[in-house]
Amino acid sequence: MRRNTDATQRSILRIRDALAEALSVIAQRPVRTLLTALGTILGVGAFVTTTGLAETARAQVSSRFDALRATEVRVQDAAPDGTNPFPVDVDERLEQLNGVNHAGLTFAIPDNGTIQARNTATRPTGTTTPIPVIAATPGAIDASLPTMAAGRNYDQWHQQRGEHVALLGRVAADQLGITRIDHQPVVFLADTPYTIIGILDDVRRNPDLLLAITIPTTSADAQFDTRSVERNVIIDTAPGAAQLIGTQAPLALRPQQPERLQSLVPPDPKTLRNQVEGDVQSLFYALSALALLIGAVAITNATLLNIIERRPEIGLRRALGARRTHITAQITLEAALTGIIAGTIGAILGIAAVTAVAVTRTWTPTIAPAVLLAAPLIGVLTGALAGLIPALKASRTPPADTLRG
Amino acid sequence: MTVAAASTADTDVVVVDGLTKTFPGPPAVTALHPCTFSIRRGDYTAITGASGSGKTTLLSLLGLLDTPSAGRYLLDGIDVAGLDDRERSAVRAHRIGFVFQAFHLVGYRTVIDNVELGLLYQGVPKGQRQRRALDVIEQVGLSHRRHARCTTLSGGEKQRVAIARTLVRDPALVLCDEPTGNLDSTTTQQILELLDSLHRSGMTIVVITHDPVIAAGAPRQLTISDGVLTERQPTHATQH
Ligand SMILES: Nc1ncnc2c1ncn2[C@@H]1O[C@H](COP(=O)(O)OP(=O)(O)OP(=O)(O)O)[C@@H](O)[C@H]1O
Ligand SMILES: [Mg+2]
Repeated sequence: MRRNTDATQRSILRIRDALAEALSVIAQRPVRTLLTALGTILGVGAFVTTTGLAETARAQVSSRFDALRATEVRVQDAAPDGTNPFPVDVDERLEQLNGVNHAGLTFAIPDNGTIQARNTATRPTGTTTPIPVIAATPGAIDASLPTMAAGRNYDQWHQQRGEHVALLGRVAADQLGITRIDHQPVVFLADTPYTIIGILDDVRRNPDLLLAITIPTTSADAQFDTRSVERNVIIDTAPGAAQLIGTQAPLALRPQQPERLQSLVPPDPKTLRNQVEGDVQSLFYALSALALLIGAVAITNATLLNIIERRPEIGLRRALGARRTHITAQITLEAALTGIIAGTIGAILGIAAVTAVAVTRTWTPTIAPAVLLAAPLIGVLTGALAGLIPALKASRTPPADTLRG
Repeated sequence: MTVAAASTADTDVVVVDGLTKTFPGPPAVTALHPCTFSIRRGDYTAITGASGSGKTTLLSLLGLLDTPSAGRYLLDGIDVAGLDDRERSAVRAHRIGFVFQAFHLVGYRTVIDNVELGLLYQGVPKGQRQRRALDVIEQVGLSHRRHARCTTLSGGEKQRVAIARTLVRDPALVLCDEPTGNLDSTTTQQILELLDSLHRSGMTIVVITHDPVIAAGAPRQLTISDGVLTERQPTHATQH
């Protein structure tokens, strides 16, 4: 049977066997394999780190800071001339607009030392740290996204009537020794008593409110000289509405002369951040690619040396019946395995780096599974491509020459 | 002489007609001048010649490791002259066994791995490879060393592994190039006895040697001198 010409007798290398052969070569020289893989490890590691860090930062930022900044619009006097450019009903006009959650006017009341907020009728002799006084419409306070420690915000009724009511920021309240409002505490502003109806525990915008005593703008205009103050409007918008509200607000406030007002719209923060991050990221991707290229060259070099060293073995395999393609396949497979090992180690290092950075900033490390799957894939492709030239060269080794002697 | 493939296929493993090898220089070297001979199944043939006379060149042609410049070659009934790499590899994989002076074992692998390598490109499944490898390792008396790395073996042991690797393939033709060239006289004797026992079990063996004493032990001897092959001491009726 064997002795007869049998067309089915082919030279075969089973895939399992090819893998086992390649693995045995790799396992034989673990240190050399690692050294060969170093560049690829760095390349893949840099890729995973870059992608992971960008993603982690983006997830972090957009979950907290971004949302707040992206929904904030401010409107200012574009050409201050000592007159008040804003109408009296700022809150109503703006809150009619679609996409506005809260809006209102606010300004700081200049204090030449005579206001001296205090909780007793008589002025103390010693100077204490003065408590700033801020004027704000109810909408402006709501747009600052406050949480109350006690009481409530004043409303349009107080605002329109110029009531002598006030909110205390948490810090100012501590300073004045006021912790409760159920007994209607009173604070004197230049001898005029104001009833405290609420204490602010925290605000997400305008942190100055926490240090100050805040009164309705109508009350401030009535009592103090507010002609030269710098007024501005703050608007809390629905997500994504800031740009539109920025163009609509001046018209809503001054239909006859909108150009007198200027909107400060946050540059669409996502675009901006992506752009900035994008630049840094492309640089890192370029560096990753460079490391990969160096890694590929390293694998090519090591494989070339390796096949020269193994010429007799390759000749022997040919003598035992290996086809050229079998030799090509085996050498490529060895390089590809080196690549896959490099990719895996690189991914692990990348995860470690991203986690380390995230932990030190108390962020949640975020890496897309696709990136982790891509890592060994990049490794295997780098290895296979790098190994191809040496593999083809090895397959052309004439067996007679390598086995001589 | 003309080769009649059909009539010789059953008895002749090797039928060579005008086989020539010229290495294209410069300068061009004709390492083997046209030669014509045949080797019958079960023959034990020694080819002797001085160093550089063309012994290895002839063996490489017979083993399909190299291609002839001219001439016909029927191996085991197959005209191998016109085959491509794929087909030549298949013939090598299934019909030829080699034993080299330098052993050519894969040093970092174990004895059993090296013997199994003989079956790898025949596509024999792993389990069967292992079983057959253990069988022949026992036959060459190396069972106790079957898991040893080949780098740790003595020269004689290495050559026995190489012979086991050939044996396991059950080839139509075994080609040995100075199989005892790297061994001392005692070990040489052991290896020759091993080859002898293979011959007695029916294998077709060609041994190349420059040692006339070793050649004298072979039933049939060919001599090569400056690339010219001559029959020395015909013990078989090989002149057709
Ligand atoms: N690839 C080659 N290119 C050119 N010449 C070659 C090549 N291979 C062998 N030769 C020449 O062919 C001749 C025969 O070489 P071969 O190796 O067959 O001799 P040998 O009888 O096996 O010698 P030894 O006993 O030393 O092994 C030598 O002159 C050698 O230099
Ligand atoms: Mg030789």
